[in-house]
Amino acid sequence: MILSDANCPDELLYHDQHDWARLEGDEHAVFGITWYAQDSLGEVVFYDPPEVGAEIHKDASYAEVESVKAVSDVIAPLSGEIVEVNDELADSPEKINEDPYGEGWLVKVKLTAAAEADALLGAEEYRKLLENE
Amino acid sequence: MSRYTSATPADRAEMLATIGVDSVAELFAQIPQSLRLDRPLSLPAGMSEAEVYERLAALAARNVDCEEQVCFLGAGMYDHYVPAIVDAITQRSEFLTPYTPYQPEISQGGLQAMFEFQTAMSELTALPVSNAGLYEGPSSVASAAYLAIGAGKGRRRFVVSRGVHPHSRETLATYSVGFDAEIEEVDLRDGLTDAATLAAAVDDETAAVFLQSPNFLGAIEDVEALGAAAKEHGALLVVAVDPMTLGVLEPPGEQGADIALGEGQPLGNRLDFGGPSFGFFCGTEELIRKMPGRIAGETDDVDGRRGFVLALQTREQHIRREKATHNICTAQALNALAATIHLAWLGREGFRELGELLVRRTAYARERLAAVAGVELLHEAPVAREFALRLAAPVDRVLERCAERGIAAGYPLGREYPEYENGLLVAITERRTREQIDALAEALGAAVAAEAVTA
Amino acid sequence: MNQQDEGVLTIFERSKPGRRAAVLPAAEVPEPPLEELIPAKLLRAEPPRLPEVAEPEIVRHYNRLSRRNFDLDSGFYPLGSCTMKHNPRLNERVAALPGHARLHPAQEPRRAQGALELMWLLQQSLAEICGLPHVSLQPSAGSHGELAGLLLTRAFHADRGEARTKVLAPDTSHGTNPASVTMAGYEIVKVATDERGGVEMDDLRAKVSEDVACLMLTNPNTLGLFDENITEIAALIHAVGGTLYYDGANLNAVMGHSRPGDMGFDIVHVNLHKSFSQPHGGGGPGAGPIAVSDRIEPFLPRPQVVRRESGNGSGPTYDLDRDRPKSIGRLRGFQGNFGVFVRSYAYILSLGGDGLAEASETAVLNANYLKARLAEGRAGKYLPVAFDRHCMHEFVLSGKPMKRELGIATLDLAKRLLDFDFHPPTVYFPLLVDEALMIEPTETETKESLDVFADAIEQILAEAEVDPDKARQSPHTTPVRRLDEVKATRKPVIRQALD
Repeated sequence: MILSDANCPDELLYHDQHDWARLEGDEHAVFGITWYAQDSLGEVVFYDPPEVGAEIHKDASYAEVESVKAVSDVIAPLSGEIVEVNDELADSPEKINEDPYGEGWLVKVKLTAAAEADALLGAEEYRKLLENE
Repeated sequence: MSRYTSATPADRAEMLATIGVDSVAELFAQIPQSLRLDRPLSLPAGMSEAEVYERLAALAARNVDCEEQVCFLGAGMYDHYVPAIVDAITQRSEFLTPYTPYQPEISQGGLQAMFEFQTAMSELTALPVSNAGLYEGPSSVASAAYLAIGAGKGRRRFVVSRGVHPHSRETLATYSVGFDAEIEEVDLRDGLTDAATLAAAVDDETAAVFLQSPNFLGAIEDVEALGAAAKEHGALLVVAVDPMTLGVLEPPGEQGADIALGEGQPLGNRLDFGGPSFGFFCGTEELIRKMPGRIAGETDDVDGRRGFVLALQTREQHIRREKATHNICTAQALNALAATIHLAWLGREGFRELGELLVRRTAYARERLAAVAGVELLHEAPVAREFALRLAAPVDRVLERCAERGIAAGYPLGREYPEYENGLLVAITERRTREQIDALAEALGAAVAAEAVTA
Repeated sequence: MNQQDEGVLTIFERSKPGRRAAVLPAAEVPEPPLEELIPAKLLRAEPPRLPEVAEPEIVRHYNRLSRRNFDLDSGFYPLGSCTMKHNPRLNERVAALPGHARLHPAQEPRRAQGALELMWLLQQSLAEICGLPHVSLQPSAGSHGELAGLLLTRAFHADRGEARTKVLAPDTSHGTNPASVTMAGYEIVKVATDERGGVEMDDLRAKVSEDVACLMLTNPNTLGLFDENITEIAALIHAVGGTLYYDGANLNAVMGHSRPGDMGFDIVHVNLHKSFSQPHGGGGPGAGPIAVSDRIEPFLPRPQVVRRESGNGSGPTYDLDRDRPKSIGRLRGFQGNFGVFVRSYAYILSLGGDGLAEASETAVLNANYLKARLAEGRAGKYLPVAFDRHCMHEFVLSGKPMKRELGIATLDLAKRLLDFDFHPPTVYFPLLVDEALMIEPTETETKESLDVFADAIEQILAEAEVDPDKARQSPHTTPVRRLDEVKATRKPVIRQALD
């Protein structure tokens, strides 16, 4: 697989289950799935977001993303409480494919254990992981 | 060579040579010797087609069917007239022998038939979403319970009217062991679900409320009024209905039902001693992603042609596996097709007219039979095509006497409803003529009189 | 525009107000307005908008629609684990006999002796084939049988005062297995497959415990391979008190040669629409009867068809036995899919014991022959077999080299086969094999049929070497070409709009 740098923006942190996290300040983060994840899944047809206020835990599934022929668990890179979900995806789930790091963001959380970020991968390490997939 | 195979000794020799073994036995060597069956199967030797026919005909001859006996039996399955075109079409190779339509490009016949079926059932029930069918009525009720459990919220209680078919209630009880769910039954009063008892039984732990209309005793329930309790507590309202009555009775979709389902046999399917038939299952738009079973959806192909595919497959077991909305794979597609053809044959006006015919003949039968000495109505609630009587003599004995006169007078209620000892459920179809109804009245009268004397 | 291409009008779109097919009998009874018989508020204001079409048009519509289907009577269906064998028309004829077809399910048993005897004889036949003595015909399909088996397992453990939570199944199992596990209230735990295609024994040993209620297997497995460790597997699960469940989807490989009961299985479901020739009908009906061992028998569904010897010299009678205090109860209404029982029983009578054994033998022969043909030439190069050993009734190829070297996926190969008038094999299952292609020819295919199929694969691969787009854009000659499944699922249109 040939990956351009655009497929793994440098400023993000990555989880080995192909999820990304963008830290916003000390207490918040935005999550989504990576370019590799959406490419493997195929065209997304449905995303059912968790509820605002729900508690999610690092390494555990917090939602599902569906393509025509598969369903994928979305893994939380960090633990936190959901403060915002991307409502646009109800009508336009294809944004997850088209812009996985931008308009395809899934949830915003208030972090409960910010130190967990140390366990995540940087862009370079994530790229290396993909080369071995 | 066994029946239907073609491998001659010459074929076998060539095939074995290509495979590179000397005998088929080598191919079976992967089965350990200790597990090899060391004797022939203890089954009779194979027979010629003519002999098989005779054997099956001899068995058929020992069944008293609706051609030999006038049938007033109902209880969910009815002796309707199925038009000849249904058989002609469903016996076509192209509908009888294909597999499930996983390759839509060569399954447009089946997929479009499913789409038409879904449209028809949605029209009948007045709910926007229909699947392509489940196995039959009672297990569809249990499937609705599974949907209610899966709807999240963690509720595990069901409230079920005793007007719901006993087979449905028993099946629900069986499945509920796996769901770890509790069932509370609500009694009938004067043939109808007792509204106050129902309302008292429903609470915030109730996942679903189950009603049937017409109910097992043939009475038409006020579903909208009864369903209010479900709405108040956020429980799903599930209503089992007789599809043949939906030409004249208010459909569940207009009565607040979240799910309408039932036994589809009256539409296009033979009695066949209880199966195969099909279950229909319709729901509100909100429930679409939780629906069990296959659903056909309309779309376009790469050239812009209209076509149909299996839609929302991620609900199903072959993709979702342990998180599927249901475990169903093979359903009853051919039986659903039979229903669609029958409904097209009846048509909008014919379906309504048939419903009117059933109601009027039933009213006539009910009046005639209630006038017979020793026979009274078990309840006076309005009915559509089936009603309940109470006899002044042991129902088994009465049924035997009627059977000797060539009439199956009805379904005895006592076994499943001990409170209705000597209760009899009488069903009417368009095949039950006035003459046959009059003969039933006469036979019933004579039987009750004779049994009351000897009692 | 020719009539075939007339556009895919639905029966609703052919509707014209005032047309009808049905002529109904006259009422013959008084005809008061319905409001006099039923309160107006319970009546329907407008009838459902069913189509208004005359009979000849209905017949043409469905006949034309039927020709947009591929079917088994017309061509080959090498679908792995589906056992698409010939559906004999004799079976349709006997199922239509009025004594069977027009028999009401609530008919008193003494007036349904032919039906009950037929069911009993079918039960006995299946018991003999499976090697387990007690059979219930109630389940309506394989999945229904699986649920039954798991509920029987639950009842069995509850009867012993135990409440176990887990069920084991291989990662190669059919999707219905884990789905049934969840419906029965258990947690599925996957067991790995080893490099020979069987259960990974160390993984199994690690996962077997007294919290395991049941192990679900099929043997041969979904790779078409007989697991020679089955005796040890049975011993392992029985040692912790669990039940061993057999998914009968692959029974066609072993009828008359080996029996799941003898392998150690406690509960077996049989798919009558697979090994026993019931037509698939485009997605049913079928039936999934279960055969069980003595220790599971008390829990069988109610009612059970039984035979009673009469004391007085007249023949035996058959009855529906409801007096089963430990039964799990009902799984459905009435007795089950009786019409399917008639057909399967006729099939068993036609073949007899020897015929069934021969059917399995020929199924295994045909599969190995086709596998050998597909090991030759380009198929051998681009579609290697996943496990290189003799298969039983089916085998799995991997399209991974084809994808890598020719740039066409298993899906593309499948779609191109449609242009050659074949139904493709099962694709992308089992999940264990990359770009899987699972092939089960069954015993009713001629050698020529297999050769033509192998030749077609060769031709498609040769074509892909120079023009891969042909396969990628196939099918080309079918009534519709590739369909937009994304659109169908994103914005589902699942009924005709009639507004």
